[in-house]
Amino acid sequence: MKTLLDLFKDYRFRHAFVVLVIILVMAVLSFFSPYDPTLWHVVPRDMKPSAEHWLGTDSNGQDVFWQATFAVRNSLIISLISAVISRAIAILVGLVAGYKGGTVDRVLTFIGDSLLVIPLFLIFVMIAMMVREHMNLVVLGLMLAVFGWPWDARLIRSMVLSLRERDFTKTALLSGTGTVKLVLKEYIPFTTPLIFSTLINNMSWAIGLEITLALLGLVDLTIPTLGTMLNWAYFSHAILLERWWWILTPVILSLLMFIALYWLSVSISEYLDPRTRIQRVGA
Amino acid sequence: MDKLLEVNNLVKQYSQGNVIARITLTAVDHVSFYIKPAEIFTLAGESGCGKTTTAKLVLGFEGATSGTILHNGKKQTRSEKAWITKGVQAIFQDPFSAFNPLRTVDSYFHETVRNFRLARSKQEAIARIDQKLRLVGLTYQEFAGKYPNEFSGGQLQRISIARALVTDPQLLIADEPVSMVDASLRMSIANLFKQLRDELGVSILYITHDLATAYYVSDRIAIMFRGNIVEMGTVEEVLMNPRHPYSKLLRDSIPQADPKKRWTTTVTLAELEQEEYLRQGCKFAGRCPDVMEICKSVVPTESYVDNVLVKCHKYSEAQVSSAS
Amino acid sequence: MVEEKQIILRTEYLKAFYVLEMQGTQKVAKAVNNVDLQIYENEIYGIAGESGCGKTTLLKTLFNEIVPPLRLIDGKLYYRIGSDEVDVTRISAEEKRKLRMEYISFIPQGSMSVFNPVLKVKGAFADFIGSHISEHKRGETFDLARKRILELGLPQNVFDVYPHQLSGGMRQRVTIALAASLNPRIMIGDEPTTALDVVVQRGVIQMLKDIQRDLKNTIIMVTHDMGVHANIADRIGIMYAGKIVEEATTERIFAHPLHPYTRFLINSLPKFGDKRMRDSCPGSPPSLIDPPSGCPFHPRCPHVTDICRQQMPDFNQVDKDHKVACWLVGEEQHG
Repeated sequence: MKTLLDLFKDYRFRHAFVVLVIILVMAVLSFFSPYDPTLWHVVPRDMKPSAEHWLGTDSNGQDVFWQATFAVRNSLIISLISAVISRAIAILVGLVAGYKGGTVDRVLTFIGDSLLVIPLFLIFVMIAMMVREHMNLVVLGLMLAVFGWPWDARLIRSMVLSLRERDFTKTALLSGTGTVKLVLKEYIPFTTPLIFSTLINNMSWAIGLEITLALLGLVDLTIPTLGTMLNWAYFSHAILLERWWWILTPVILSLLMFIALYWLSVSISEYLDPRTRIQRVGA
Repeated sequence: MDKLLEVNNLVKQYSQGNVIARITLTAVDHVSFYIKPAEIFTLAGESGCGKTTTAKLVLGFEGATSGTILHNGKKQTRSEKAWITKGVQAIFQDPFSAFNPLRTVDSYFHETVRNFRLARSKQEAIARIDQKLRLVGLTYQEFAGKYPNEFSGGQLQRISIARALVTDPQLLIADEPVSMVDASLRMSIANLFKQLRDELGVSILYITHDLATAYYVSDRIAIMFRGNIVEMGTVEEVLMNPRHPYSKLLRDSIPQADPKKRWTTTVTLAELEQEEYLRQGCKFAGRCPDVMEICKSVVPTESYVDNVLVKCHKYSEAQVSSAS
Repeated sequence: MVEEKQIILRTEYLKAFYVLEMQGTQKVAKAVNNVDLQIYENEIYGIAGESGCGKTTLLKTLFNEIVPPLRLIDGKLYYRIGSDEVDVTRISAEEKRKLRMEYISFIPQGSMSVFNPVLKVKGAFADFIGSHISEHKRGETFDLARKRILELGLPQNVFDVYPHQLSGGMRQRVTIALAASLNPRIMIGDEPTTALDVVVQRGVIQMLKDIQRDLKNTIIMVTHDMGVHANIADRIGIMYAGKIVEEATTERIFAHPLHPYTRFLINSLPKFGDKRMRDSCPGSPPSLIDPPSGCPFHPRCPHVTDICRQQMPDFNQVDKDHKVACWLVGEEQHG
């Protein structure tokens, strides 16, 4: 509780929190949607925003607002799967490589570096084309996760490398602590700000990448996400035909999400930074 | 005679450099010494002499290149963790970095008690911890739940000592324990060491470059230079009457707290450390005021003068000439 | 006839506090709390005290480096430049910069931070000299600097290596040579010998004495090691909790320490040949944020009396060169 109150003092956290609450509410609302998002012609097409259809309707005969709730929900799911799984891999790899050193470190770093260097986009395009029939939220999330860990694994590894040399590692060893417990208890508190901020950044990255792939038509377009909504709107010439309610909805929602996630990550990682934490501790 | 710790011909080499040019530095060069129970033994020397490396080898943090280490007659194997199996504990130079700033200090104590199975209940654990804290002049009340930055340097160092005592070690390795503590507070820690030796029978391997506190606190002392022990004996003999030219230099360079005893001579300092390491013959030959030709090419052997071990050609020749 | 030395640096009621704002609360650390100093030219003045007594802050203030969160609350700081006394807390940033290195230089504790790690040592010298000396004189100054390096016993090749290739002691000596390169009238050293090996420390002390003798300037040096002070200082000021509590020539301080804290500082040092039990000072240094009332040493003083708890004693000029701020000494004089 105290943590939350402290965080609220930061204007960035406050605004981001509000936006994300709104987005979460929208995502939850999707469960109450009166329309099935995968069907067409459930409502009259191309109608402007009105009391009945708050954000109007699109050219496929769907209510834009309710479509957006699904889009937001699915984008969040994809990005969460990607971020959480890639964090897990990054932490594991980073801790092991940093603490063990030697050959294990070299092998893991090699794998990570290779993944970093490979032109991500081409690989995605290739995989997407191969997997297109089976592409769903989870598959997409996993794909993104596999490519999202190397950068942060490196950061965690270098942190562990420097922590290993600190005297308190020796004190912990002399206290009889085994390797696993040592790494978990002594080092992870130092890595939490990193993990949090990269988690949120990874979510942003995942959403962005999903939008890109969707615009290229490489995902299953029947599943509503921010990207697929954009795709439909764009390729149905919503701009030309001045159906602004359709195209602006995913655009604005995406922008809001990016900014909110960014502010969230910055304010939380500043709060969790060991340097400021140490000042707060015992004060 | 019972030897708590016996080190024989200990060698530790490191190689430095890259694929094209590698050099081998011998950080610890055939070092031998022993420590008796309830004794304070000092390994003294300047930075780069190998004393800290020797401590790491005795603790088991690193493995020796060759040589043997015996604890109470039992051999220590290469990767053996002496603090778990051989009743050795250690404290280090910087009291502030000895504890994780994000953890409470008492959590380390409880962890030690748990890992070494020293108590059957939380009450017992606290009682044991409190007892050790009282030995260093603190109580559990004033220390529980606090983070490292809530204590002063002197207090933290005493807390480190208390933590090391939790497992009732027979040998405590203290690596430069007072160099980061103010000069005026060093005595309290030095007095504490004496108390531990006299009341608890703990032996201390005291590593330092401060000969003044070494004189005050230790029973026997070995002076190290670039990996070799150059003089070893009781602290009275070695520090009041140093024989090896380096011991003399070291002793004379301590600033005395008396303006009437200012230095009258000047010193020449070593230019590049690595050069001295790689010397053939006696490593001190480059700076020795009594250097002879033989010193530059032949490694001096160990000789005994009045029960003091000296590794210097001056004394081996004296032996030879006095015998003939 | 004894030549009267001129005062080269003077402070009056100097007060510099750290004002820290953290999460809405303000904490004030009274690091320099009413300090009056008169420092002469051609002398080495030592400031002795434990960590946390404010000595580093005092040095920063004397060097006129008062940047937030450190604030100058009260008092004055004068340098004697030429024949004028200048109140340097009021001069412009450009004038401050000119004074640095040419008039007054600083030797910090960690020598590595002085050097740019990607420049060779001669680069650091060129930087300093270049920013103070006009073009046509630079070559001359550079050669002088080179000569001084050799005179001080440093090897020729020191100019052509990178800072990390030098050992700690060597780096410290080069830092001192750098600080002396523009012939400053005042050199300030913050624990310049503390992290060094004992033989190297001796060499550094030697070097400082040689420089002072050659340049006939003033060195103000802070260290907690009374042995170092005994070897190098002409006069010593004992600092405690942001205040100077005793000041005298080195001989007098060691022969007749009057303040109980000074006595502790001297008596707690081990001496060769003497294995008798020595006591260190009881208790721990006071917090500067919440200093004790009256005389700040009273919680640890074995001779504390009531007035000690209530009022800070003024300076008592016990002798021509010896003053002490302690209620006990005043009484002895009058009792």
